[in-house]
Amino acid sequence: MELVEEQLGEHHLNEKDVMDVVVRFAGDSGDGLQLAGTNFTQTTALYGNDLSTFPDFPAEIRAPAGATFGVSAFQIYFGASDITTAGDAVDVLVAMNPAALITNLDNLVNAGLIIVDTGAFTAKNLAKAKYQANPLDDDSLSDYRVLAIDISKQVLAAVEPFGLGHKSALRCKNMWTLGLVMWLFDRDRKATTEELKAKFAKNPEIADANIAALNAGHAFGETAELPSGIHIYKVPKANVAPGKYRNITGTTALAWGLIAASELAEIDLLFASYPITPASGLLHELANRKNFRINTFQAEDEIAAVCAAIGASFAGNLGITSSAGPGIALKAEGISLAAATELPLVVVNTQRGGPSTGMPTKTEQSDLNMAVGGRHGDTPIAVIASSTPTDCFEVAIEAVRLAIKYMTPVMLLSDGYLANAAEPWKIPDVDSLPSIPVKYHQNPDGFKPSLRDETTLARVWAKPGTPSLEHRIGGIERSHDTGDISYDPDNHQKMTDLRKAKIDGIANDIPLQKVVLGNSSGKLALVGWGSTFGAIHQAVKRCRAEGLDVSHIHVRYISPLPRNLGELLEGFDRILVPEMNTGQLIKLIRAEYLVDAEGLNKVSGQPFKIGEIKAAIHTEFAELADQESDQ
Amino acid sequence: MNQVVEKLTLKDFATDQEVRWCPGCGDYAILKTMQKLMPELDAPKENQVFISGIGCSSRFPYYMNTYGFHTIHGRAPAVATGVKLANPELDVWVITGDGDGFSIGGNHMMHVLRRNIDLQVLLFNNEIYGLTKGQYSPTSEQGTRSPSSPTGSLDLPLSPCEIALASGATLVARSIDTVGKHLAPMIRRAYEHKGAAFVEILQNCPIYNDGIFEQIKDKKIAADFRVEVEHGKPVVFGKDSEKGIRLNTSTLRLEVVELGDDVSESDLLIHDEHNKVLAQMLSVMGGADFPVAIGVLYSNPKAGLVADSHAQLDTIRSKGRGDLQTLLNSGNTWVVS
Repeated sequence: MELVEEQLGEHHLNEKDVMDVVVRFAGDSGDGLQLAGTNFTQTTALYGNDLSTFPDFPAEIRAPAGATFGVSAFQIYFGASDITTAGDAVDVLVAMNPAALITNLDNLVNAGLIIVDTGAFTAKNLAKAKYQANPLDDDSLSDYRVLAIDISKQVLAAVEPFGLGHKSALRCKNMWTLGLVMWLFDRDRKATTEELKAKFAKNPEIADANIAALNAGHAFGETAELPSGIHIYKVPKANVAPGKYRNITGTTALAWGLIAASELAEIDLLFASYPITPASGLLHELANRKNFRINTFQAEDEIAAVCAAIGASFAGNLGITSSAGPGIALKAEGISLAAATELPLVVVNTQRGGPSTGMPTKTEQSDLNMAVGGRHGDTPIAVIASSTPTDCFEVAIEAVRLAIKYMTPVMLLSDGYLANAAEPWKIPDVDSLPSIPVKYHQNPDGFKPSLRDETTLARVWAKPGTPSLEHRIGGIERSHDTGDISYDPDNHQKMTDLRKAKIDGIANDIPLQKVVLGNSSGKLALVGWGSTFGAIHQAVKRCRAEGLDVSHIHVRYISPLPRNLGELLEGFDRILVPEMNTGQLIKLIRAEYLVDAEGLNKVSGQPFKIGEIKAAIHTEFAELADQESDQ
Repeated sequence: MNQVVEKLTLKDFATDQEVRWCPGCGDYAILKTMQKLMPELDAPKENQVFISGIGCSSRFPYYMNTYGFHTIHGRAPAVATGVKLANPELDVWVITGDGDGFSIGGNHMMHVLRRNIDLQVLLFNNEIYGLTKGQYSPTSEQGTRSPSSPTGSLDLPLSPCEIALASGATLVARSIDTVGKHLAPMIRRAYEHKGAAFVEILQNCPIYNDGIFEQIKDKKIAADFRVEVEHGKPVVFGKDSEKGIRLNTSTLRLEVVELGDDVSESDLLIHDEHNKVLAQMLSVMGGADFPVAIGVLYSNPKAGLVADSHAQLDTIRSKGRGDLQTLLNSGNTWVVS
């Protein structure tokens, strides 16, 4: 259906007390704004706001300076109540050059604040950004409030005592700008100061210069005569549950979830992977954690990666492989082998824009079809999806549990947004995490490779090296009774049915589907999966505050679906399924439950905005009202 | 008193599965040689793992009463790498063919050898696709008539041993399916080798490529068409050992010479299996002018990826095992009370 853009008329920064703010730092890749953003996030968390962040990198590694396609941005949304997205529209835009301004202006609220470095608005940079005239000199920015400062000049003056070269001195621009933004929101500079000292421990003069720049930016806010209406904004602290917190990205949470699972199962993990955007971060994080029960293997290609993982599982480790869409497609035959031989395997798919190479750095949810059905033969596997960066931790543990318990491949769906986005995470107590039992078969009496658990239908795990359990497995259909090769027609039917029953049976071992927010029956349910959680959640919350009877259901278990989901959906007059694809979960639930669901689909490489989902909810209720008046 | 360990026999390594190769297939002879050799290796049976891809040769694991994994086409080296990384104690054997190993699985073959994974690759080369009914393979001679090349294949063949050498295999050998006396010691050398061992076994397909190696197998004429190389010995061949291979030091090429008044054994090439350049020259011999070299062409044992990876793990872990709660609490944290 058509998306109706909500008019964002929230003139946040006209008020002295604002409840939530979106700040976006944008500039050249080399401007160091990811670092500025990370430090602003840290201090904001320490201040006590809830928050969510999203870095927006260009696909080019070193784009020419000043180019629009080289703009790198870091967005943070923080506020006094629960924050579950990186924010719809930007309140404060930091634009370090004309390219950053022109590429980010569209998303700025009316009367939003723009901080620009006039020193970077040179004729050359303006031309690179395809500006006909300098926007700072005409009235093209009259809808916004502009804080135009020659940051380059300010920085050079601030760091002069440290004797850095011109180029090195200018590299402190990010910290000067951060200092100014910290002043704007009354943030403490202590954590950043300490971080800079640690980061540049070997070059104390660089640390000192950066700290001086940070302080100078802050002092500029305090002392300079700023245009009217620009002053310190105090965002009240959020009411956050007590506990110890850290900020965490989906990638780190997923890696740590896998590490946790290896400890809980007391099993060694072999993580075999081939570099691909945006999944490589997982390989990097785990390659750094070999002091745990982790080994990593960078394979020669995606196929070798999944095959090495399968080999590791055969030998008694847990094999894990990871990729994004194009790589997962290459792994399909291997995943089928793991399904046929009934070996545990976790496949992490950090989805990105497709088809083909598509948009590697942009996010999408378009691999659900492939996850559920993308294999030759009748080859069901378990599929689960994480919904937020912090949820990746729990979902990773769950993927390992299912793979081991059911001796099956499990595909874990994440995406480019979850991988890079970060949010505060209440650090769990390790002792509260459930153990994952692993049973290697040892007893030679009556042993056959086809032995299976009567309840889970999982095949035995008899690893090489165990005396008297020598046996052969393979991709050729095997006899249900002996495990030997079998081309018997009845046996193939039986084995096909068994493979399906095994995956279907997982439904008895997963939680019933809960309603995240709202009533368990009513007028409208929004059914989502994956990283759309945050936007759906906020939209439903806001619409409920308006008095609309709308509920949010978020599906973690895609295959098999929770056993009560059909019944739950029947309790709603209308079902709306927002997805960052052209309609994949919706086909699944329509086919499974014969419910009349509608889709809300967005495939732009950008996450849903809260406003887009809110607008769709309003449309649904308008249609419901029309229907009722017709009757 | 010492525990009496019952000596295993050939029968202990045979499975109850009916062997389903075509009558007369060279694979039978290789299987027999392997089952006979296994007890002599004195290796724990439970540590033997045979991993194969797809094709006639890849059925091999079903007939070995050890651990076995019949995987997917071309990917056995990758699966084997995972097995070995997970448990370096296992003795891993990769069974593959010319199509499986050098066509669909060429990339994995290159990398398993490059990484010098401590395992044995036995490549059954019959220069044809058997299981799919006789199409030409990457080792088929140009002009091979087959269902997919009715007027003769156009592809030039590759030499498995040459590629194995170039990829970094640290043992490269060649042998013949039905010559058990030669094949068994070659397999043993591969087994005892530290690093990636590659053995090309010239194997007859009686159905689709019958007799392709007849010249080097037929006892009446084989001596003229094959040369058995041995480390430290002159490279001599011929029914009466009347011929030899000499390195022409001015052209840097090998040449066939007749031993006699002008040429003595001391003029001949002395095989040095540690010399990779020599191995490369020997590996491509054949055709009309040269005999085919069999034996260990190259050997240079050394640790590979698996040993290095586990040494790295040991070093990292000797500095302290990771503690999960400490990891979760690391970095910048804050407390909300």
